[in-house]
Amino acid sequence: MSRPLLVTGLALAAASAVFLTLGARGDWSFVLAFRGEKLAALIVVGSAVAASTVAFQTVTGNRILTPAIMGFDALYVLIQTLLVFGLGGVGLAALDARVLFGAETALMLGAALVLFAWLLRRGADLNRLVLTGIIFGTLFRSLSGLLNRMIDPADFAVVQSASFARFNSVDDRLLWPAAAVTLLALAALLARHARLDVVALGRDAATALGVDHDREARRVMVLIAVLVSVSTALVGPVVFFGLLVSALTHAVAGTWRHAVLLPLSALLASVVLVAGQTLFERVLSLQTSVSVVIEGLGGAVFLILILRRAAR
Amino acid sequence: MIEIRSLSAKLGGAPVLHDIDATIAPGRVTALVGPNGAGKSTLLAVIGQLLKASAGSVTLDGADLSDMPPPERARRLAILRQNTTITPRLTVADLVGFGRYPHSGGRLDDADLRIVDACLAELDLSALAGRHLDTISGGQRQRALIAMTLAQTPRALLLDEPLNNLDLGHVRRVMEVARTRARAGVAVVVVLHDLSIAARFADALIALKAGRVFAAGRPDEVITGPTLSALYDTPIDVHEVAGSRVVLT
Repeated sequence: MSRPLLVTGLALAAASAVFLTLGARGDWSFVLAFRGEKLAALIVVGSAVAASTVAFQTVTGNRILTPAIMGFDALYVLIQTLLVFGLGGVGLAALDARVLFGAETALMLGAALVLFAWLLRRGADLNRLVLTGIIFGTLFRSLSGLLNRMIDPADFAVVQSASFARFNSVDDRLLWPAAAVTLLALAALLARHARLDVVALGRDAATALGVDHDREARRVMVLIAVLVSVSTALVGPVVFFGLLVSALTHAVAGTWRHAVLLPLSALLASVVLVAGQTLFERVLSLQTSVSVVIEGLGGAVFLILILRRAAR
Repeated sequence: MIEIRSLSAKLGGAPVLHDIDATIAPGRVTALVGPNGAGKSTLLAVIGQLLKASAGSVTLDGADLSDMPPPERARRLAILRQNTTITPRLTVADLVGFGRYPHSGGRLDDADLRIVDACLAELDLSALAGRHLDTISGGQRQRALIAMTLAQTPRALLLDEPLNNLDLGHVRRVMEVARTRARAGVAVVVVLHDLSIAARFADALIALKAGRVFAAGRPDEVITGPTLSALYDTPIDVHEVAGSRVVLT
């Protein structure tokens, strides 16, 4: 086993142990079950965001992109805004979480698949696909902005809170279906690790080595859409976190092999989320969502990557 | 044997190749020559199925390359494109190891590793095997890319301007490796701009002009003053020096 994988695995085990036990009092079976579900949510979302970002950067050949750029986050916020606009904040809260989760996942996944099928069948390349995703994202944000101006301030606060990922308020009824789908998609992605290594060489080199680059990219994009849709529907939109973890992964992996990169990114993301949540919730006793800070860090990494490229 | 029949191709909608017919025999080095924009790289890309033909066909040993499953095609045909850029941070040995992917699916066994070592040695890269591509020179990187195509152990080897960035010693080495492969029964096609090198190392030439075959044949048939002058639209002299043709402009 590669050393970074082993070290990160041990770090995750340690961070998880601290998260589960630090400051715990009372009935241990309740504490472990309660915190265990939160821990599982952090690991599921971290793994999905990280592995999907690494795979997305491989197929697009661009280390400063994340799947969020395709507009998943904007579509999620638009769905929330439409629901609040139509039903009101109270009406939204009264909806069955499982139905909402299923509908949101299906809508985001459906939109992504329609976009892929529509564009890729017309022979568009991945760059055009990404650009079209960005344009749709801008459209969704504009529509959300318009609706936000028409709803009352209390409902607006509901939309605002849905605009950031919420790692510590995951519905336990949604966690296990989301975990199962995420695990299957991650396994499917990991099964393609050797082909992803070749895809990373670029379209011409991959084609010359017998990998149908376009077909492989389409299949990986579908798996990415599944991972991002499920994680976004579970906790909310995560934009820059994937970028932060992907940059960390490439910095510490010491290899180009996706057999290491994919699981390492999942482990690193889980360590960052679990350690961050422990620090914020248990040590600093802050109510601030860890996602806000992590997204800020991810944004900083994005700027550093851009500036480094400009300096070259 | 590569057989090209009535082949036409477009780039961005613009016709680049027009009704090309050619036969590339195994056991020979065939040089593809011609002025800039003649369609040499496009022809190689179409043969290697990196670009779709708008009409016509390309067969390898009788099998249509456009119908062949990609992994099978990559086991039988290797192509080096000009200006290939590799973004992942690979070592030279990693890159050459990718040449075995069509055979190994990414899991290199001892036989694969022996082939990789042999290809590294063939191109004078053994000492650089552990170096990352971003720490070596352009010429060394070019040799590593050529070694990757050799590691595919193909029946047809297509090299687009393989001599870019190479010093004279390695120009000779690469062309001798191409010849050795040809003598072992491989159909080797090399895009060359240096016609003196083509005259010395190629067994056959195909000269393209404006997307059409302008001349084809043995070096002594194609590398002549009148043919080259008409091909390049500039006065060109050909002299015999020490038994080899030297092209002067």
